[in-house]
Amino acid sequence: MLRFVVRRLLLLVPILLGLSILVFGWIRLLPGSPAQALLGERATPATIAEIRHQYKLDRPIYEQYWGYLQTIGKFDFGVSISSRRTVAYEFEHRFPATVELAVAAMIFAIGLGIPLGFLAAKRYGGVFDNLSLVGSLLGISIPIFFLGLILKWVFAVKLGWLPSIGRESVLSESKHPTNFYVLDAIIAGDPGALWDVLKHLLLPAIALGSIPLAVVARITRAAVLDVLNEDYVRTARAKGMTPVVVDSRHVLRNALLPVSTIIGLQTGLLLSGAVLTETIFAWPGIGTWLKDAIFNRDYPVLQGGILFVAIVFVLVNLLVDISYAIINPRIRVS
Amino acid sequence: MRRRKTLLLVPIGFAAIALLAASAAMGRTTASDTLVFGTASDPVVLDGPLVSDGESLRPIDQIFEGLVGLKSGTTQVVPALATSWKASKSGLAWTFTLRNGVKFQDGTTFNAAAVCFNFNRWYNFPGPLQSDAVSYYWNTVFGGFAHPVGTNPGPDKSLYRSCKVKGSSTATITLSRPSSSFIGALALTNFGIASPAALKKYQADAGTVDSNGVFHPTGTFGTQHPIGTGPYMLKSWSVGDKLVLTANTKYWGTKPKLKQIILKPIADNAARLQALQTGEIQGYDLVDPADIGTIKGSSSLKILNRPAFNVGYVGINQKIKPFDNVLVRQALAYGLDRSSVVNGFYAGRGQVANQFLPNQVVGFATKGVPSYTYNPDKAKQLLQQAGVSLPLAVDFYYPTSVSRPYMPDPKKNAEAFGAGLDKAGFKVTFHAAPWRPDYLGQVQSGKAELYLLGWTGDFGDPANFLNVHFGAQNDQFGFNNPSLFALLQKADSETNLEKRQALYQQASIEVMKFLPMVPYVHSSPALAFQKNVLGYKPSPVSLEPFSSVYYGK
Repeated sequence: MLRFVVRRLLLLVPILLGLSILVFGWIRLLPGSPAQALLGERATPATIAEIRHQYKLDRPIYEQYWGYLQTIGKFDFGVSISSRRTVAYEFEHRFPATVELAVAAMIFAIGLGIPLGFLAAKRYGGVFDNLSLVGSLLGISIPIFFLGLILKWVFAVKLGWLPSIGRESVLSESKHPTNFYVLDAIIAGDPGALWDVLKHLLLPAIALGSIPLAVVARITRAAVLDVLNEDYVRTARAKGMTPVVVDSRHVLRNALLPVSTIIGLQTGLLLSGAVLTETIFAWPGIGTWLKDAIFNRDYPVLQGGILFVAIVFVLVNLLVDISYAIINPRIRVS
Repeated sequence: MRRRKTLLLVPIGFAAIALLAASAAMGRTTASDTLVFGTASDPVVLDGPLVSDGESLRPIDQIFEGLVGLKSGTTQVVPALATSWKASKSGLAWTFTLRNGVKFQDGTTFNAAAVCFNFNRWYNFPGPLQSDAVSYYWNTVFGGFAHPVGTNPGPDKSLYRSCKVKGSSTATITLSRPSSSFIGALALTNFGIASPAALKKYQADAGTVDSNGVFHPTGTFGTQHPIGTGPYMLKSWSVGDKLVLTANTKYWGTKPKLKQIILKPIADNAARLQALQTGEIQGYDLVDPADIGTIKGSSSLKILNRPAFNVGYVGINQKIKPFDNVLVRQALAYGLDRSSVVNGFYAGRGQVANQFLPNQVVGFATKGVPSYTYNPDKAKQLLQQAGVSLPLAVDFYYPTSVSRPYMPDPKKNAEAFGAGLDKAGFKVTFHAAPWRPDYLGQVQSGKAELYLLGWTGDFGDPANFLNVHFGAQNDQFGFNNPSLFALLQKADSETNLEKRQALYQQASIEVMKFLPMVPYVHSSPALAFQKNVLGYKPSPVSLEPFSSVYYGK
């Protein structure tokens, strides 16, 4: 297992190198420069030329890339042109918001999706199964931004039950040493703050988790249907095992392999930033950060931010692969 | 057993809903001494000379004050930290009498030495801070640095010469040439006076330049300790989340009515509106024109109008023939149905522009301005007179992914103009590009033949409109008109206010005869508030102190 993990981690190096070349080249092929983003109508050709020179964008591309590699080697990811803060600082402050939202969305998706998919498979062809199929289709089809707006309109504007923006009440004076607001509230032993943070998480998590919920439910249903027809399940029942034991030890456990792959991929996607959800709920994560960086031609943010996201994606998938061994002993042995 | 478990879910569900509804009341309360204001983005840094974006200037405007200010709701210059000023006969030396008894928020004394310290700081900015990307307004108003780096302009190009202290209450600023726009420019938030002690202690100019040439401030003046003389002070700033200002109880002027102002960045228009509707914020700026009807229709919300201080125009690149011919430009002006566009797409908040300057600005000409009311037949006549065969094919550029105060929906404007031009002897081909950097890049580099653009004034001076756009050659308009350049230069240098006004009125008329562009609208941007928020005074240049704001019953 250790060799497997080390091998996968070493694979990160060529992946990141290749990605850095792609990202570096792609953003420099985009028309325009940071000058227009910074100054808008106020940018003059002289200003544009001066800013291009200041940011070394008028140097040959190989020279720019070599300079970039040298700084990456020192773990210096540069400074944001828009905010003048280091890319590492921005990522450090924004990523916890994205993680918190992604985890909440996946808890919603997994917590509802697996039971729904399982029950749909057990009641195959029945009303519940058909309803769950329709629900899944709706979940995948409804655009997140539309769902988010509807949820806010109903629960925040009309009913006033939940907040519409942000990670906590604007008037809150809670401290955030880790930038994970839920964790910070637990560490502080402040139930009021914890409840406030959870309320703020609810609507964005439901909006963001709607597609993963639909996907997890569908894959679980299909996987469980496959396993239900296996000989060992029939044998387990014939041996007199209770339905609960058969379902948990034999059916669900074997069905979870493909489900865990999907969960890993979905989690990786969510961790790369949910632009639409973050925009609608004013959630200060990395999705809107990277989106703004594209419009602002904020090269250091794009170069550093995308690398960070790639690392996260690879690590999440590594965890998924490790989880296979935990779920399925045959994989562990091999 | 299974049925019992299922039935248990029902009361659990009701309990959860009741808990949510009960806690809603607890979370909705806003402190009566606090205003939460929704902004479009987070500030960059809280140091006036080092920023040019509106969302950085908003909190800076509460913390710092300049030598002069603006009369509430207007662009009229009034005393602030200086109680009076006068220019020497040559117009080069401006002597300011300073207000006594004013303290910075760190307890140090505001005096002439502090004024000169600040001006000399800006003039002596080190290399990384000399870029337009950082000190845009010093570059625009004064230009030139004591120790220029690279191609940055030096002392010979700078409007600023020196600042001299005479006692504690008199400071004399000497310029290199007469300039009347100098006084109006001093009202800019960017020239607020900071505490010299704090600037030094918190290393305001310290920073590093990374391998990409990007400046990163390492001092904490602009991020944690911005110290001015203003009615509010920085209490805390959680980047990307909120910025909290607290009242300066030792403020020299009228004390703020609210103890705390919280600026909450909410990038999305719809999210800002919903946050106002839920009461999570009590006001916001940059209202989407599409939301004005919803806000006005609400019994608990209201709209405030910011006086029009912008211009939307159809730009013309004279490097692309036949637009180097004034007859063709006049034909274009007659072919643009400006009233239909303004009446149709500005939700009643636009005035048809007959010249480049808004009527708030000195130099606005009240008579003698050529008029170009939509007249397709006249347009065709002029095109034929110019020897152009009809229809004249033109490329019309407009931006996407943007809404500006002078151009809330560029596509609608462009399509309406195109429909009018097609009847007036033109054949329009549209080109669209995302606002920045693509569209702006195309326009500013001279690729666009006809294009939609505009300008919002920085300060209440005609030079900020006319000289910026038509005072020298540029690729965007592609013309060379030495007599217009000379007239604008002369107007800017004139220190006698009456003569200055007359010169700028003349220049306004000349611009409308020469037609480097066709102005079509001056619009009033909107702010939205809850109805019980009183005392907010919109300013044409967005210099809006929160110190006068309070809650009514």
